[in-house]
Amino acid sequence: MNSEIGDPAGAALERATTLTDDLRLDAVRRWKEAHPGSLAIGILPVYAPRPLLEALGCLAVGVQGGGDQLDIIRGDSYFQSYICHIPRSVVELGLDGGLDPLDGMIFPSTCDVIRNLGGMWRLLFPDRYTAYLDLPQNFDPALGGRFYAGELRRIAGEIHGRGALPLDRDALREAIRRENTRRAALAEMDDMRRREPSRVPASEAYRVARAGSVLSAEEHTALIREYLAGARERRVRAYDNVRVVVLGAFCEQPPVGLIRTLEKAGCDLVDDDFQLGFKTVSGPIPLSREEAGDAGGGALDADDPVDALAIAFLKWGAPTATRYIGADEKGRDLVERVRKVKADGVVFAAASFCDPALLDQPMLEKALDEAGIPHTGFKYSENSAQHQTIREQAGAFSDAVKLWGGAP
Amino acid sequence: MSTVGESRAAQAGKAAKDASQGRQKEMIARHYTRLSRAKEEGKKVVYTFVPGNLVEVIDALGMLPVLPEINALQSGMRGRSAAYIAEAERMGHSEDVCTYVKCDIGMMLGGNVGPTGETLPEPDLLLLSYTGCFTFMKWFELLKEAYRCPVVMLHVPYQPTGIITPEAREYVVKQLRDEVVPALEKVAGRRLDMDDLRHRLALSALAEDDLVAVWESARNRPSPIDGYFGGVYYIGPIFTAFRGTEDAVLYYRELRSEVEERVRRGEGPTGPDGPIPEERYRLVVEGPPNWTSFFDFWRMFSREGAVVVSSSYTRVGGLYDDGFRHSPEAPFESLADYCMGCYTNLGLPSRIDMLERAIRNYSADGFLVNSVKSCNSFSAGQLLMMRELERRTGVPGGFVESDLVDPRYFGKANIENRLQSYFQMLDARRNRGYA
Repeated sequence: MNSEIGDPAGAALERATTLTDDLRLDAVRRWKEAHPGSLAIGILPVYAPRPLLEALGCLAVGVQGGGDQLDIIRGDSYFQSYICHIPRSVVELGLDGGLDPLDGMIFPSTCDVIRNLGGMWRLLFPDRYTAYLDLPQNFDPALGGRFYAGELRRIAGEIHGRGALPLDRDALREAIRRENTRRAALAEMDDMRRREPSRVPASEAYRVARAGSVLSAEEHTALIREYLAGARERRVRAYDNVRVVVLGAFCEQPPVGLIRTLEKAGCDLVDDDFQLGFKTVSGPIPLSREEAGDAGGGALDADDPVDALAIAFLKWGAPTATRYIGADEKGRDLVERVRKVKADGVVFAAASFCDPALLDQPMLEKALDEAGIPHTGFKYSENSAQHQTIREQAGAFSDAVKLWGGAP
Repeated sequence: MSTVGESRAAQAGKAAKDASQGRQKEMIARHYTRLSRAKEEGKKVVYTFVPGNLVEVIDALGMLPVLPEINALQSGMRGRSAAYIAEAERMGHSEDVCTYVKCDIGMMLGGNVGPTGETLPEPDLLLLSYTGCFTFMKWFELLKEAYRCPVVMLHVPYQPTGIITPEAREYVVKQLRDEVVPALEKVAGRRLDMDDLRHRLALSALAEDDLVAVWESARNRPSPIDGYFGGVYYIGPIFTAFRGTEDAVLYYRELRSEVEERVRRGEGPTGPDGPIPEERYRLVVEGPPNWTSFFDFWRMFSREGAVVVSSSYTRVGGLYDDGFRHSPEAPFESLADYCMGCYTNLGLPSRIDMLERAIRNYSADGFLVNSVKSCNSFSAGQLLMMRELERRTGVPGGFVESDLVDPRYFGKANIENRLQSYFQMLDARRNRGYA
């Protein structure tokens, strides 16, 4: 809606769009040309700590499937019909050479499909580096924390063995500082979007955030700031939309057309989990014992930046579907989040066959019902092309919330 | 598993029961009776999962285990799962997700009546052994909401290369020592007696020795066992409440003896309708069985003389073929290695290596995948596994799809057609001398 000629944010948005649509990783190829001998390492959703890779002199590249721009030919022959879509497009891209600029891939413990895809990758591309990152589900620093810090050191050592720089504490601290700056910029974008959704529409914020998949933290920060500077200059008008939180789309990404469909249906998306990898840790990663307080529990020392990454994940990790919620009440965080961003309701948007999102949903719906927060839900796949039904559903939800304060 | 035995006997009609089968039936009936009386007798109840279960610890603390997967598969075999799943879906559970979970939720909503018709007690503790299956985590989050009871989580690191690192072992051992056992002790109201635990682990190892001997008997021609359909009976005690008990030792000793006797007599396994007269095909099968049409599915094999000589499903609750045994020498380390070594906790390359060894060691003619919609832990990657195994062994792969306990996904005619075509293909290859 703001991409017309003369839009002060137009140039930044156009660049973000080009980068978001960059399935052949041309930006990564250019980065490698500019950094001879450096490695580019792919990261599958949802989360792996990017500063670790940057400290090794690598470019951390978010691999998030082919969206609605890729014809799946070979990828489908590797998966049954009841498996979600993202592994198909990742395999398609891998077999088709689209991921050739990547020297390695990290498969985090997001779900059984992403996990098994890591095993497939070892078989399909035996010469490329493949790592499985077992994110801890035990959040005691002495238990899960030490294990996780060990995992990070192991992976760093393996990537160094493939030609990256050795892990250096100062370099990692610097990388964490750059990451914290990037995340502060993303938070600023989110703040602006919540205050004035028409100034920073979710469909644009999504592109600007996702562009970071193929950029260093520093370049991404610059892009976000450029976009925000432009957005501030825009002349916008407020719309009488409902404010919604969109939840469940943390791994397989919805097509941008679907996000725009929700906007056209009268929804201001004031919060979402689309690019959760950048927001898995809330707030800055601590860089010292003072900043970490007692979060290390005597077992992890935030003066060691690897331990600091572990502390950040354990203590400030977002309560998403891929993270075990033990002692806490399921959905409490979502209710608080809805209230904090002054949302009128929640739209559950989960990829078809996404176990984490779909198994979580009934528990979250119950928490919302108890809090009197309206919600609706639908499923999609990354290559969904027809959004009319979703538009009607979201439109009905929007109207109902505006007219009666509840879901239809 | 007793009702598996009952149903099998009922379906098998005239098929004679082995003594071990009768013993298993009695053991499991006794367990369910104990469960039904648990509350009145003051026994604490721990719900946990089959892969990575810590049944020796639970037993040593005088508590009783309930395994929701077993309840779900029993519901499937008894024709109740469709209604349970429908009830869960009415509550908002997606049609896309695991039907074990939905079946369990539906059973709970319907009064938690167990396979013997007796009501199962509510849990005093949920022991979330997070081993090889993401859904386990969500499953117990759901049960925690429903039962409002404490949960203790054991995060078992995945083994992408099949090599257990010292760090991974230490992580599991520390969780056991510092969190899991204290949580169990708190509910049990007593300390864990390490000597008792050691004794139980020694008993586990004895039973495991005999189970492996049973599996390895399939090297014979004809194989005296069916290592998939028959195998689900053989794993019953050791995958559920009985590992680490004298009962299990006796059961596996008796089973081994029966199997060795069949070898001496040159007999094949008993199928759903009695002895399988001729072994025409020797198969290795990947993936869990379908439970709602278990006997129909089995007959599609037995009537064609197809015997499963080894399967991955029968390794999901413990992998003993490569020498692992529970050990009294290092109890927690041994339990940690057990948890990490369960089949679905292994990376695809390790799974393929294991299946390749099975195909070669048991001289299989074919490799078949039963891909179940419910279980991404098994299913994601199976098509590549099939191709890779064909490439490595030259043994042709077959592929059918069904589900664990949702009868809507068992297309009998479709599966039967596929299997018959597969067997014809095996014949054709054999006749041309390919096999």
